[in-house]
Amino acid sequence: MAQTLGHLKESASQTAGPYVHIGCTPNYCEIEGVFPEDLGTRMILGDVKGERIRIVGRVFDGTGTPLKDALVEIWQADADGLYPSPQDKRGTADTNFTGWGRSPGDMQTGEFRFDTVKPGRVPAKNGALQAPHVTVWIVARGINIGLHTRMYFGDEDAANAEDPILSRIEHRSRVPTLIAPRTAEDGMPVYRFDIRLQGPDETIFFDI
Amino acid sequence: MSDGGSYYQRDRLWHPPAYTPGYKTSVTRSPQRALLSFDNSISEMTGPTFGHSIIGELDNDLILNFAKDGEPIGQRIIVHGRVLDENGRGVPNCLVEFWQANAGGRYRHKKESYLAPLDPNFGGCGRTITGEDGSYRFRTIQPGAYPWPNGPNDWRPAHIHFSVFGHAFAQRLITQMYFEGDPMIWKCPIVATIPDREAIERLTAALDMNNTVPMDSRAYKFDIVLRGRRSTLFENRMEGN
Ligand SMILES: [Fe+2]
Repeated sequence: MAQTLGHLKESASQTAGPYVHIGCTPNYCEIEGVFPEDLGTRMILGDVKGERIRIVGRVFDGTGTPLKDALVEIWQADADGLYPSPQDKRGTADTNFTGWGRSPGDMQTGEFRFDTVKPGRVPAKNGALQAPHVTVWIVARGINIGLHTRMYFGDEDAANAEDPILSRIEHRSRVPTLIAPRTAEDGMPVYRFDIRLQGPDETIFFDI
Repeated sequence: MSDGGSYYQRDRLWHPPAYTPGYKTSVTRSPQRALLSFDNSISEMTGPTFGHSIIGELDNDLILNFAKDGEPIGQRIIVHGRVLDENGRGVPNCLVEFWQANAGGRYRHKKESYLAPLDPNFGGCGRTITGEDGSYRFRTIQPGAYPWPNGPNDWRPAHIHFSVFGHAFAQRLITQMYFEGDPMIWKCPIVATIPDREAIERLTAALDMNNTVPMDSRAYKFDIVLRGRRSTLFENRMEGN
């Protein structure tokens, strides 16, 4: 026997279940009057720096069916690569940008959508720059613990090639699962990021 | 102690695995490839912050925040506790969201078809932000157990869903709170996705008579633990820090 460390254990995760929207986006599921608006609906609060973009996508299960009961959250840096978080000591991020978005997906199609700005590059621990990316977190019925992944940008080939995470992925054929191609819609740059929970094109998920 | 290091690795043998065939929906929604592990970067060590200003007066009172022409039916309870990290320190200014069924086990949701009635005075959602010591509390109605389509006769124990933000996206957690003494806990396939009995007991709130309001509401105490963080004493500092 030895002394005990006295550390606590993290609370075990449990699925968000089929009604996660009641708690996280109640106005979306017609529970009105409790909160004035659903959190994470607006990422841009005013005159924001950088290029305005839209991120869309769906989450597919192993049969190729899109989930309609998922909740997707994103977290990203502002256009200058600063996070609107007191934990980022490098500078003050754009005060008109929250960095965090939450989408319950479209009721009929399951498509999530974020109107945001293209993030700047942020450093890795060794100081090397990472490629621009968005951190993505997915919960839903049937998902026992929230899934972390990242979206990278299809028009950032040079930065992606030197990104410390992308470049260390052993199975190169899986890298494209993290890269969203750039398209356009109503003159707005749109990045489509479909997430596949299973199958030959299973998205790379992270243990971070 | 100096903070600023990476978050402790998640214990994947303590959390439920992705693939748990007893919970049928997980079968086609569980990633099958190994997760890619890497050390936290600033992208994972930062996270959104929410000011106390977003919280309305009734946000932590599910008895009153949807009341229309009276109060909801059911047993009045207070749920309170602390959000801690694995080092045992309170996590202040942390957004906690919760949702639940009503006293009859019915959710206010279009896709919910259980025959138990809706309660016109109960919405079933609330939120709060932890205080300086990580403490939080809210008042609600004790939720009922309910049947769900999985096996031919599976029931969820009474539970409250929790969504918790720490200070970093790496700490993001959704879990559920169960009630001390409920025999349904040990019959539930979703609870059973957790491999370790002790981990289940840590999700089970204790009846707390000391915080009960006599002649009004019983209390349950539920502490939530988020990932802790290494000290940076012997670790290279992040650039710019
Ligand atoms: Fe539930």
